[in-house]
Amino acid sequence: MSEDSPILFGLYVPPHPQPLLSPDANQGYSNLRAAFETCRKRIEESDADLILVYSTTWPSVVGHQIQALKESIWTHVDDDFHYLGSMPYNFKIDTDFANEYCSAAKKRGLHARTVEYEGFPIDTGSVVALSLLNPDNRIPACIVSSNMYANRSETIVLGKSASDALIAQGKKAVIVVVSSLSNRMFTEHIDPADDRIHSSKDNEWNEKILQFFADGRLEDLSQLSREIHGQIRVQKVVAYKPAWWLASAMGQHNNYQGEVLAYEALHGSGGAVIQLTPSTGSFGDKEFDEDDVEFYQGDRNVLNKENF
Amino acid sequence: MTKGEIVLGCLAPHPPHLVYAENPPQNEAFSEGGWETLRWGYAKLARKLKTIDYDAIVIFTPHWQTYIGTHFLGLPEFKSKSVDPVFPNLFRYNYDLRVDVELAEAMHEETAKAGIITKMMRNPDFRVDYGTITSCHLLNPDWDKPIVTISSNRNSHYYSNEVMIEQAKALGEACMKAIEKSGKKVVLVSSHSLSHRHFVTEAPLPEDMSREHIYNHSQYVWDMKIIDMFRDGKMQEVVDIMPEYTEQTIAETEAGGLIWMMAAMGVPSYPAEIYGYQSVIGTGNCIACWDPNNNTRELVL
Repeated sequence: MSEDSPILFGLYVPPHPQPLLSPDANQGYSNLRAAFETCRKRIEESDADLILVYSTTWPSVVGHQIQALKESIWTHVDDDFHYLGSMPYNFKIDTDFANEYCSAAKKRGLHARTVEYEGFPIDTGSVVALSLLNPDNRIPACIVSSNMYANRSETIVLGKSASDALIAQGKKAVIVVVSSLSNRMFTEHIDPADDRIHSSKDNEWNEKILQFFADGRLEDLSQLSREIHGQIRVQKVVAYKPAWWLASAMGQHNNYQGEVLAYEALHGSGGAVIQLTPSTGSFGDKEFDEDDVEFYQGDRNVLNKENF
Repeated sequence: MTKGEIVLGCLAPHPPHLVYAENPPQNEAFSEGGWETLRWGYAKLARKLKTIDYDAIVIFTPHWQTYIGTHFLGLPEFKSKSVDPVFPNLFRYNYDLRVDVELAEAMHEETAKAGIITKMMRNPDFRVDYGTITSCHLLNPDWDKPIVTISSNRNSHYYSNEVMIEQAKALGEACMKAIEKSGKKVVLVSSHSLSHRHFVTEAPLPEDMSREHIYNHSQYVWDMKIIDMFRDGKMQEVVDIMPEYTEQTIAETEAGGLIWMMAAMGVPSYPAEIYGYQSVIGTGNCIACWDPNNNTRELVL
């Protein structure tokens, strides 16, 4: 861990339920499950006080929502993969951190709020990640949503707010991004044995992204997010945001030891388990096109006459 | 057996704010009211429904989003609590509803015959989406009719609005065949807003109506254009203009509900009954219905 970072390491994991519910249906699902297991052990062996999850399968509209219910208990069922079974969960949430994160986000100009309601529908990706990475609730967790309208500046600031909150509370964390790489699934039901990445193009882009991850080039990936979104992301939301959040939370550089623990197809989408550990060596920072941003000042309305 | 029929088709938006504003005993949150134009419109349409003889409500919902085909609820009862993931402060609703599984299976079968990927949902732990619950509660607060919920396959995301329209049409026609074979009288519900750009902040008091307005004028003008076509019975034109309308207003029609309902009803050329239009957190919401019975169809607004 670098001296000024409260983040021990970062993980990038897929949101689909197969590694949790049907790991034996396909060798690839087993590989992903094994990679989750490896990460679970590493988290247990770490000095982490907290697991912080940013989930792309928790969309929000009203600002950024942060899970704060101390004991979040429910049985979740996925909208598409309901036939694979139910996902009962009982997560221990770090309410104090959730409140701190919300406060830190507001200080940086974001609209944010905690959610603390019995029965709140925690999303598939978060349930899968926390069930596999922290099955015994050894470490308290927190989950933050992905605002469907948010773009780069807002997401960068949201990531920095996470770091602010960790520093303010003196906590060390493992942070987890829940997201596919390419996210185009097959639109018909398949035999899991036949699962593969949806297209060669998706696979090639995934492989390129994995090269960057393996080289520890997180900031470079953050800078490439818009291109990735255009090339291999089904346009459900305005942008591909997980690299923005992960990079800004971890310090916006390329000084990481990257490790791709698994990369497999999940009903056609690209699922990878990746670890990024802060290190001293660097691939080198490039000349970045995208500006940094410290505070969110709202969308600039280009049609507003005051801008002329 | 008598041939089944669609006795009414309803456009029934599902902002959870409307249930919140009603303060029904099922909902945990408490409000001081709000969005009366829509709530009163819903109340009038609910009264009309009470005068109609029907067996089941079939609802197409954007908030059960599926990417692998179209899914149908396939168990006779669902009882749980629905908490809106976006507005949990407003909507925490304890529901206890019945499903017409026989009709759902018939629709599933006809849909599969039409070449559409489809699946029955038989997991008892499944939580019914808040779109279904909101629209059904406001149309039938007594919950005395069984429902069929149809998921929305997100073809707009994966392909285009044009593909969504083609598939929604095929789904509607398949559902109509199933209804005719069932011998049942059915109310169709397309559960969605029109323009669908939200504000990303919320007033301290969500029901503070001094803060409520449409997100921008463009959304309003488009919504009025569509509603005028509803009034004039120009539903084929609505279908034709739908890709552009959906793109321009980020409309919730992207899920395919309105096209599904129009296709099932044979694309009506008679005027719709309009029960109200109002914004909710910036989105445009219209309550309307298409009554195929010339004797009961009326000019409401």
